[in-house]
Amino acid sequence: MNRLRRFFRTPEAIAGALILALLAAMALAAPLLFPGDPQAIAGPALQPPFQDWSVPLGTDRLGRNVLAELFHGARTSLAVGLAAAAAALLIGAVVGTLAGFAGGLIDEALMRVTDAFQTVPSFLLALAFVSIVGPSLGVVVAAIALSAWTGPARVARAEVLSIRERDYVAGARVIGMHPLEIAFREVLPNALPPVLALSSVIVAAAILTEAALSFLGLGDPNRVTWGGMIAEGRTVLRTAPFLSVVPGVALVLTVLGIYLTGEGVVESTAVSRSLS
Amino acid sequence: MTRALILLRRRLVGSVFVLLIVVIGSFLLLEAAPGDAVDAYIVSTGGDAGMIELLRHRWGLDQSELTRLANYLWALLRLDLGQSVTFSRPIREIILERLPTTLILMGSATALSFGLGSALGIYAGARPGSLRDRFLSIGSLALYAVPGFWLGLVLIVVFAVDLRWLPIGGIETIASGKTGFSRAADIAVHLVLPVSALGFIYLALYLRMMRAGMAEAWRQDFVLAARARGLPRRRIVLAHVARNALLPLVTMLGLQSAQMLGGSVVIESVFAVPGLGRLAQEAVAGRDTPLLLGIILFSAVLVVVINLLVDLAYAVLDPRVGAGEASA
Repeated sequence: MNRLRRFFRTPEAIAGALILALLAAMALAAPLLFPGDPQAIAGPALQPPFQDWSVPLGTDRLGRNVLAELFHGARTSLAVGLAAAAAALLIGAVVGTLAGFAGGLIDEALMRVTDAFQTVPSFLLALAFVSIVGPSLGVVVAAIALSAWTGPARVARAEVLSIRERDYVAGARVIGMHPLEIAFREVLPNALPPVLALSSVIVAAAILTEAALSFLGLGDPNRVTWGGMIAEGRTVLRTAPFLSVVPGVALVLTVLGIYLTGEGVVESTAVSRSLS
Repeated sequence: MTRALILLRRRLVGSVFVLLIVVIGSFLLLEAAPGDAVDAYIVSTGGDAGMIELLRHRWGLDQSELTRLANYLWALLRLDLGQSVTFSRPIREIILERLPTTLILMGSATALSFGLGSALGIYAGARPGSLRDRFLSIGSLALYAVPGFWLGLVLIVVFAVDLRWLPIGGIETIASGKTGFSRAADIAVHLVLPVSALGFIYLALYLRMMRAGMAEAWRQDFVLAARARGLPRRRIVLAHVARNALLPLVTMLGLQSAQMLGGSVVIESVFAVPGLGRLAQEAVAGRDTPLLLGIILFSAVLVVVINLLVDLAYAVLDPRVGAGEASA
């Protein structure tokens, strides 16, 4: 409880939490408020916003309801962002733990692979992966995770290097636990906090990458995405700029909300650490 | 100088391994892609099953995976990236043709983000916790949340469509016949918006790093000593605090180069700038997997080279780097 109060001390953290709460509500309410296919035609094409209240934000080039698309897009963005970040953190934590705990040749090999993944521009890698395997929600998640796991891996490895010298690890060895069991049951859970501290940055990056991929036409064609909406609006940029501006503002607010919340969490834990 | 050379040699050895892994990875992706070079060739020229068999045999595509990997590596060693399907030309030729544009775009964007970002970071970090620091910190966070391609579109709407100050896209006025200085000026005008869109996103990163480093440096003893000696505040901020916070930014410069190459894909697509990034998008649109992987390999080499240069600059800037190895 104390911790929650500490989190809500700064106005930035409050703003971040509010944005995320609103976003989550949008994502959850999308199928209730706008049942049916959000890509179905709802009225005449290119209606400007705030005129017809059955389509409050107007319609796009094909006459689709922009507000419904926005709500369903929130679903896709959040789902992809969270799933890709979770996968990246998981891969990173496992690779980092193996490298740090095993040491020697395994460590060397795993870290060179990590280097290789960091040498290739991550967006190009995601682009190539999706274009070769084919665009679908799962593939997009895999592609983003594939390009984002290196940071967590490095952090996990650094943490494991210090943890493996602790007494309780030596103790686990003495009672005859299998090295893999020590690595994943004793070391990994204790190495997690600094890795999880990266999650806000990784979720934000994942959402931006997904948007850029769908903007280039590599999103799941059966899902509404904000990036896809911006690309759609781009073709009528001169006459109807709101079609690109509205989903873009949603993206900026979402990512900003994640950053602010992340900063708030880091700050509140930093205070609790310095107090203890 | 020997210090820098020893560092360079060690990094080079590491880079060779890293690039080898990248090559094997891209070979696996190429294998995973549906169809092979013969299919692509037959689509454009036509031919019967016998001809497909013949071509597969002649191009060595009917051999085992390991042999093909060896052939692939051998071709790369001769700097042969293969043939593009959509352009029907050697991939190396196309990439080298598009490279200068991307280098200019990336170089200008890096200069913008590093220069303005570190300057604003010094301004914010000179008084940590002040009103201007808070304002700049939140402002930079908001900027960092903006997708580059969307910023590009907004800039186009404002400066090219509404105000008509700047061209909407492209790298130069088509068939203008300009040469020399006036052509350079024309290209510069075309690059203003793409460079801003690419540079402003990463500006926030340098600003925040600079500010954080300075906030850290203020607590150090040498700053206290400089204050005790009665140095003017301006001198403490620039020569003592900011200078010590600058080094991590130089490292970031190398790490960011890979990110910027990725970012240039969308920015070049938005502004129709004919560089490497747009080439990658064209490769995706044309299902030209060999070209796409050629671009990836080439970018990896580019990133390795940039990071080597940054390491060298670092060794020159900071006498502590590599000193232990030189004496050992």
